[in-house]
Amino acid sequence: MSLSGAVLPWVTALAVAMVVGGLIWGFFFTPNDFRQGATVKIIYIHVPAAIMGSGTWFMMLAASLVWVIRRHHVSALAAKAAAPVGMVFTLIGLFTGAVWGQPMWGTWWEWDPRLTAFLILFLFYLGYMALWAAVENPDTAADLTAVLCLVGTVFAVIARYAILFWNQGLHQGASLSMDTEENVADVFAYPLWTCIIGFGLLFICLVLLRTRTEIRARRLSALIAQERMA
Amino acid sequence: MLEITSLACARGAVQVLQNVDLNLIAGEAVVLRGPNGAGKTTLLRIIAGLSPALSGQIKCASDSIAYSGHADGIKTNLTVAQNLNFWAGVFGQRDITTAFDAFDLHDLRDRPAGEMSAGQKRRLSLARLLVTGRPIWCLDEPTVSLDQENVARFASAVQAHLARGGAALIATHIDLGLADARIFDIKPFMCRKLVETDPFADWEAA
Amino acid sequence: MIGLLIRDLRLSVKAGGGFGLALAFFLIVSVLVPFGIGPETALLREVSGGILWLGALLACLLSLDRIFALDWEDGSLELLATSPLPLEMVAITKSAAHWITTGLPLALVAPLLGLFLNLPEDGFLWLVISLLVGTPALSAIGTFGAALTVGMRRGGLLLSLLVLPLYVPSLLFGSMVVSNGASGEAVGTPLALLAAISLGSLAILPFASASVLRVNLR
Repeated sequence: MSLSGAVLPWVTALAVAMVVGGLIWGFFFTPNDFRQGATVKIIYIHVPAAIMGSGTWFMMLAASLVWVIRRHHVSALAAKAAAPVGMVFTLIGLFTGAVWGQPMWGTWWEWDPRLTAFLILFLFYLGYMALWAAVENPDTAADLTAVLCLVGTVFAVIARYAILFWNQGLHQGASLSMDTEENVADVFAYPLWTCIIGFGLLFICLVLLRTRTEIRARRLSALIAQERMA
Repeated sequence: MLEITSLACARGAVQVLQNVDLNLIAGEAVVLRGPNGAGKTTLLRIIAGLSPALSGQIKCASDSIAYSGHADGIKTNLTVAQNLNFWAGVFGQRDITTAFDAFDLHDLRDRPAGEMSAGQKRRLSLARLLVTGRPIWCLDEPTVSLDQENVARFASAVQAHLARGGAALIATHIDLGLADARIFDIKPFMCRKLVETDPFADWEAA
Repeated sequence: MIGLLIRDLRLSVKAGGGFGLALAFFLIVSVLVPFGIGPETALLREVSGGILWLGALLACLLSLDRIFALDWEDGSLELLATSPLPLEMVAITKSAAHWITTGLPLALVAPLLGLFLNLPEDGFLWLVISLLVGTPALSAIGTFGAALTVGMRRGGLLLSLLVLPLYVPSLLFGSMVVSNGASGEAVGTPLALLAAISLGSLAILPFASASVLRVNLR
């Protein structure tokens, strides 16, 4: 707790600096794309948000596994704390995707595999959070949501590939991959990486903050209950 | 047959029983006594394996406990015989006539369970114990809505079960008329404290 | 296990058992679709496969909360949990009972509704096959959802929210089998994948269902 408390302001400052810096760099100091024009700059929000949107789910999966195997209370609370963060990242990814898609593909929504997969992921977040909210006993809720997270992951991955099979889509390929052929040029890549790392740090600071809040909320309710017993 | 050592039980976030030690030997009936809210139901559910214990040990042979709770577990759309046959099948038994005899259910045999009175349903629910073929009966308020005559019937069913080498642990408020039943008062084991007094306190300090 | 299956099937056909409700719902949904999108034969022909799969899925969803709710209310679930029958077996038996009373009849009446929706002739066989192959997954996933929400107040809505995203792959492959079959394209791959999802769900989900049932019972 004191460690996380000490780290938190630094992570927050670094996250803000990198996100703001990366965005300013990307928005004002990179050339426009020769085909997409200035609209390409939404990539600096879209790609990091999408990466964190799916990354958060895997963090929740890891935390759920730790809860199931070790019954470490903080990991259950961390998974609970991460879900709304991941949901908002996913929502940002979807929203910026729509805004980007409008001038590029001529439509606000396209049943493109990646967008569709993120829509499904968004539904998974909703279900997961709804289950947390529906159960009163925190240990029961942690158990149920952990199993849901495990099962959900399997089905989300299946859905991802099912959607790919269903519709090949318009989405451009990976912007940053090992295959250098289709990557964006370095001049775009550096600010993009800055934004991605910044979003990652932002995620860490939000989850730390929310987990700390959850821990204190649990303590508070326990102390209130103790007061009532006395 | 059943050996409970220093068992601690919680209901929700509150620990209600501590250091419960109880031995049950073949042919013995133990009547659980204690005021409302003492934790009789909690204790029986833990012994039956439905809820986890906070700490302590319960030793008994696997698949040896027949549990009966507040709910009857009766399907109102099925007849008495169908209900009982179902449970006999689940427990791998065939003979349901003994159970019918013990609780005088022959006349009700083909009656849909939904048309029976609360007491008749209770008799059916208790008859289920006889088709489980399990030696240790864990019963939670078994005589609710039974009249005098049927309480006596229940008592003799328990006696017969004990005579066959079974054992019974019964939470009840009334006198069952079981002559050699041992009374086990859980009052000395009662406690009221939170399971987690201050969770994450060490985290705050660290 | 057989005893539990027989009991559940018997209960489902008794008064209040809900057998036939899902079928009636399926019928109504399918009949309402042309009112919504218009009676043009060509358009209906195009979408009929997907509509029928979606209708079957929703009809399936409708009956999920009954899988454990009644046994929970009357205490049978507790007694089953203390019986020699492992909860995993209880879960798979419940899935089977749900499939026999919902998925199987849905698959059998689907061709009739295909007529209403102008399903192309080549599609009928694939419609029945895809529903027969795909609905076991819907029952197994639904059993898991029902186990998660058993005993919760207003669990029904939550159940839909939890289960529908899990139904996505089955729906995709199922309707793909029908539309490919109707237009004479190859159905082998989506059908194999649909079967894989069903088999995988039946193999793994009973364990997940049993574990959440244990949590909900304690």
